[in-house]
Amino acid sequence: MAQQNTWNKKDLTGIEELSRAEIELLFRQADQFLPALEPGKGLDLMRGRTVVNLFLEPSTRTRTAFEISAKKLGAEVVSINTTASSLVKGETLRDTAMNIQAMGVDAIVMRHSSAGAARYLASALDISIVNAGDGAHEHPTQALLDAFTIKQHFGQFAGLKVTILGDILFSRVARSNILCLSKLGAKVTLAGPATLVPASLAEAYPQVEIVHDLKTALSDADAVMLLRIQHERQTTTHFPSLGEYTSQFGLNAERASWLKPKAIVMHPGPINRGVEVESEVADGPRSVILEQVRNGVAVRMAVLHLCTGAIQR
Amino acid sequence: MNPNDSSLLVIRGARVIDPSLQRDEAKGEVFIKEGVFVERLTPTELTQAKVIDASGLVLAPGFIDLNCRLGEPGHSARETFRTGTQAAAAGGFTTVVTMPNSTPPADNVGTIQLIHELCKRDAVVRVLPAGTLTKLHEGKALAPIGSLKKAGVVAVTDTTSGVQNNEIMRRALEYAIMFNLVVLDHCQDSSMTEGAQMHEGAVSLRLGLRGWPRAAEEVVVSSDCILAALTKARMHLQHLSSRGSVEIVRKAKAEKSPVTAEVSALHLWLTDAALENYDTHCKLNPPLREESDRMALIQGVVDGTIDAICSDHSPYTATEKDCEFDCAPFGAATLESTFATAYEALVAAGHMDLPRLIARLTQGPAQVLGLEAGTLGKGKPADFVLIDPRAQWTLKAEDLLSKSGNNPLIGKTFSSRIEATFVGGKPVYQKR
Repeated sequence: MAQQNTWNKKDLTGIEELSRAEIELLFRQADQFLPALEPGKGLDLMRGRTVVNLFLEPSTRTRTAFEISAKKLGAEVVSINTTASSLVKGETLRDTAMNIQAMGVDAIVMRHSSAGAARYLASALDISIVNAGDGAHEHPTQALLDAFTIKQHFGQFAGLKVTILGDILFSRVARSNILCLSKLGAKVTLAGPATLVPASLAEAYPQVEIVHDLKTALSDADAVMLLRIQHERQTTTHFPSLGEYTSQFGLNAERASWLKPKAIVMHPGPINRGVEVESEVADGPRSVILEQVRNGVAVRMAVLHLCTGAIQR
Repeated sequence: MNPNDSSLLVIRGARVIDPSLQRDEAKGEVFIKEGVFVERLTPTELTQAKVIDASGLVLAPGFIDLNCRLGEPGHSARETFRTGTQAAAAGGFTTVVTMPNSTPPADNVGTIQLIHELCKRDAVVRVLPAGTLTKLHEGKALAPIGSLKKAGVVAVTDTTSGVQNNEIMRRALEYAIMFNLVVLDHCQDSSMTEGAQMHEGAVSLRLGLRGWPRAAEEVVVSSDCILAALTKARMHLQHLSSRGSVEIVRKAKAEKSPVTAEVSALHLWLTDAALENYDTHCKLNPPLREESDRMALIQGVVDGTIDAICSDHSPYTATEKDCEFDCAPFGAATLESTFATAYEALVAAGHMDLPRLIARLTQGPAQVLGLEAGTLGKGKPADFVLIDPRAQWTLKAEDLLSKSGNNPLIGKTFSSRIEATFVGGKPVYQKR
């Protein structure tokens, strides 16, 4: 396969818009940024540039990771969160973003509770838009860092089976991962309660397998990706209680033993310890959760560097 | 042309189609005197009459829209009776039924009187207001239905609020019988659509938008059919969107249940695939569904399960629709494209012929409400439309007469077009 060496997208709104070659280019860039993660090893590729983190939905981890990524590249960072934003005064998203653009900013990293918000903004503005999560639609940098971590462990994607377990219906992480892993050649299995993993997902994503039996889902998986059970999104109708979820689908040591010997356990964080995963597993030898976090910085550095670099000035 | 007496009019050369009279004449003549259709004019009158040569066009009764919103009162930034009825005329509609969810809602005599007053001043087509079924269309207490009827409403409905309580619906139906009023129902079980943004299916799953299942409509279509059978009251089901709804209505009609139904033209042409890029102009209530639904709706129109095609005109300003998908209001401003859309979906696509399409825009809706309209019959108001059945034209934002441009079909090309529209024998629209 021909290797792509130039990146020409000003925005990263979703994995859907990326080709496999673009994802691989991004990974090569992230690889190059790994040494810069050591303390005291910042770069100055984005010196003089400004990145605004526009977070209209609560987030600590993703926002921090984006802040550090931009700073590691030498950029200035301003973070706006919901309560401080002008949106509470009734200004439209377009106006808020146009104002930010008018202040001479190079990129907006946005998290928003509405699906499609990143695409909407990307078409409205000339500067780079990086999607840090739009409703239940996409969370592309999470999927990229997840796949990057899998690649570090297995070297390639062909023949790998990745099981995503939990709340698929409301999860942007799941959607981006389904697209990303499929594009890279891995097989994806979705597992969890039928209300959160409806059979109709097979119509939306014909390439995936849907399983409601945990043993089947775990037994031949090379990686299992646990999703946070998101209290804020699920109405009480989707499962009876956290306790029941844990008893049916929580990953404990016994269930983890059904995995292949070299299989890894992943989680996008923040973890609900004792709900979707037992501490014994989250902190155990299979867990790559902190590697994901670390890789997240390198991957987001690559995204910011490539997207802002794609704009001719 | 000899315009000596403008109250005398002869239209010649058109193919005259009137389903209510089972008339389809290749080159017919239509005579109008003092605003009504007449059998013929006397030789003296003929020499004085204005003659319109409509060769190559189709002449049909003016269309009747059972479901639209014209902004006023309360939302004149979106539409006014002036702009809304001009848009209606451009779409071939000479009679429109307005939904009562205005601000204030049409749940009281004063608001109905205000609507009449504003329309007398501004409207270019006939505006027939519907009143609410319950106060504030909240579904809790019955509106003063008898007084509303006296004030001139032609139907009662809680429109997009729906009626969530079957007891209220039952009593409303029984009560409305006294006034010979048809109850219109928007079929939506709100408990199943909380936060819903679009049809629940593969597209909504991929886009991460909360899904609106077919069942949310079908359970209410079912309960409505059951309540109509129980009360023997006339019930009309508004803008159906799902294949299951068509099946339920078909069965109810076969059992002689007193129900009728309508569909919006957009639902006959578009599917949820139109939402792939979060186009807020395609965010509708009820939502656009899948191809199998679209085909079932078309079949329903063809076999008469669905009596009427409506515009479901819901104008919103550009600002209101220019936002995140979740924040955008539901609805499209479609009066001007309804006929052309239905023509593409039904006639150009080969599902039915033009006379039957005209029936669903004239005779069908007239029968739903028992209106003296939608006919070229002798002595009836001379409301009619001239159609160019071989036009090739593109819907352009700058040509719209509606105050709102939230029409998802802008830029699309159509193969038939409204040439002119007349109300009471007077031209209210002429293609530019």
